[in-house]
Amino acid sequence: MIQFLINTLPFLWQGLLVTLAVSGLVVASSLVSGVLFGVGLVYGRWWIAWPIRVYSDILRGTPLIVLIFLIIYGLPLVGIDFGNYASAVIALAAFKTAHVAEIARGAIQSIHFGQTDAGKAIGLTFRQRLQYVIMPQAVRRFLPPWINAVADAVKGSALVSLAGIVDLTLATQQVIGRTYDPLPMYLLAAAMYFAINYSLSMASRRLESRFAYVRE
Amino acid sequence: MAYHFNFNFVWRYADKLYWGLVLSLEIALVSILIGMVIGLALALAYTGGGRLTKTAVSAYVEFIRNVPLLLLVYLVFYGIPSAGGFAYDAKTSFVATLAIYSGAYLVEVFRAGLDAIPKGLVDAGKAIGLTPWQRFLYVRAPMMFRIVLPSLSNVYVSLFKDTSLAYVIAVPELTYGANWIKTNTFRVIEVWLVVWPMYLVTCYALIYGLRILERRFSLVRR
Amino acid sequence: MTQPLVQIRGLKKSFGTLRVLDGVDLDVAKGEAVCVIGPSGSGKTTLLRCINLLEPYDDGSIRVDGVEVGYDDNRKRRSERALAPIRADIGMVFQLFNLFPHLSALENVMLGLTKVRGISKAEAKDRATQWLTRVGLADKLQNLPSQLSGGQQQRVGIARAVAMEPKVLLLDEITSALDPELVGEVLQVVQGLARDGMTMIVVTHEMTFARDVGSRIVFMDEGRVIVEGASREVLANAASNERLKTFLARIEMKH
Repeated sequence: MIQFLINTLPFLWQGLLVTLAVSGLVVASSLVSGVLFGVGLVYGRWWIAWPIRVYSDILRGTPLIVLIFLIIYGLPLVGIDFGNYASAVIALAAFKTAHVAEIARGAIQSIHFGQTDAGKAIGLTFRQRLQYVIMPQAVRRFLPPWINAVADAVKGSALVSLAGIVDLTLATQQVIGRTYDPLPMYLLAAAMYFAINYSLSMASRRLESRFAYVRE
Repeated sequence: MAYHFNFNFVWRYADKLYWGLVLSLEIALVSILIGMVIGLALALAYTGGGRLTKTAVSAYVEFIRNVPLLLLVYLVFYGIPSAGGFAYDAKTSFVATLAIYSGAYLVEVFRAGLDAIPKGLVDAGKAIGLTPWQRFLYVRAPMMFRIVLPSLSNVYVSLFKDTSLAYVIAVPELTYGANWIKTNTFRVIEVWLVVWPMYLVTCYALIYGLRILERRFSLVRR
Repeated sequence: MTQPLVQIRGLKKSFGTLRVLDGVDLDVAKGEAVCVIGPSGSGKTTLLRCINLLEPYDDGSIRVDGVEVGYDDNRKRRSERALAPIRADIGMVFQLFNLFPHLSALENVMLGLTKVRGISKAEAKDRATQWLTRVGLADKLQNLPSQLSGGQQQRVGIARAVAMEPKVLLLDEITSALDPELVGEVLQVVQGLARDGMTMIVVTHEMTFARDVGSRIVFMDEGRVIVEGASREVLANAASNERLKTFLARIEMKH
């Protein structure tokens, strides 16, 4: 038993690190692109807002696994071959970008238009209004659903195992392939995912109370 | 060196995709129906239950919501039978997984729905002498279903997309069909270029259709 | 006669097919407090919002201190970037206060001073403190808007606008969202500003205020200026205009 743990735990640990790396890359890149897209959706002229709207609707209507296969097999056709790992990360990030864009759009639109008026009235430029007036308030609305989206990204990262990337899920399966005792290993993996995501939702709750500057 | 698209093989096996799509929709429907029963029962148990019930329901919800669906699929199909010494076919296993999965989301949906019913309405029910069961049947339930209908539509659409995971345990739904054609014809990208719009169009058709349904049941008539 | 500080000529504005402003002419001299009254839908709030281009106008001209607000010399609509410094010189106080809820009273007033006027933090803080003291909120500097009463919030709103030292101050029904007992404290502050010679255009429903503070009254209806003149004269001769008479009678009934 101890020998078994010594043999398998480092392997699972490697898998966990891959899961965290994939999730981290996806979350970080989609945060930047998603917020930009969200701002574009709200404030962009039609030739900015419209393509983003189409992008977001198409991605959100596509099963994640289909998107992953499309990018893994599709990109090489146009002469780009990043390999499975990068392609899978790109697919997950593209998908997450659409969700983050919608969250950012909702957060920005929840700010009363009077705030924009007041910012204009004291002579703030568009960028200054975003920076000092809109964004500090929108952050409060943005964070809770965004942290949910982060947890979704961690869960979604399990799909990279289907592209042959040895993340926590695939590592677990490979261990099972040797031991033929699936239940404990699957439960162990589930517990690991649970630990990551549950701490995220705890963090979300704490953040919510920290940003409660408006008594509602 | 341009790639030469060839969709002929895809069309030859189009029936696999068609029946795959039908099965996807069917799996999503059966799953959400069972999930609704689970969700409603647990929401009622939670609302009216003691501390232990509340903890148990929360544990179920939190566990399911924080674990990847793919892992749940494996857990139910490979894990549980290995310990119990019994077996079930892949489709049953997947429907059960999706039902348990959607149930966890629907508990929250129904709980929010029950909370959103104005207290005055229940009081009005009491005032005209309805029993608790009658109040549920004629006042709370109809109100709640109208309130939760938009969320139910969302869950159904996302379950439909989630059925794509059934291919990993060889349930012959749409993504499995795609993979089958892929392995047998090697027309990889063509298959995905056909299957992708199939998902997309179905998704938006569902969203559009369910909107109409929601409007039919809306409490505000225009 | 010197040029008026605010000069509005033939101002027209439509929302879709609805014509809200139908050729408004108005002059406001430096140091004058003009009260704009009229039934809801008469276009008075839109007029105010056009003056600092919160609403773009379709036709006509608005000049503040000789500068056309909405258009540059080539009659091209000004960009947001070009509008910002113009707006900084036109103060506005809103019906619903529109304070920045994430900033303290002090920070609300300081924001424009530091970011638009480019004043140092320390000096901006001094100025903001002075203005907030002037409106009677010396002890509320660090409070968030949610910790202030409506009357207090509106006084912060006034301080935020006047601290920018605007050429003209626009007040948009600034007491209509307040509980009656809080109206007085806000009007007092405005009265003080008027005495000090602040040029103001005031959209209001407070007739006593219009009479006592406003040097001039402009009565608007259906997007036009119907009656215009020295406050007391306009109110004294109200009977001579049917629409003004009806409007004033309706106002009286509400109070």
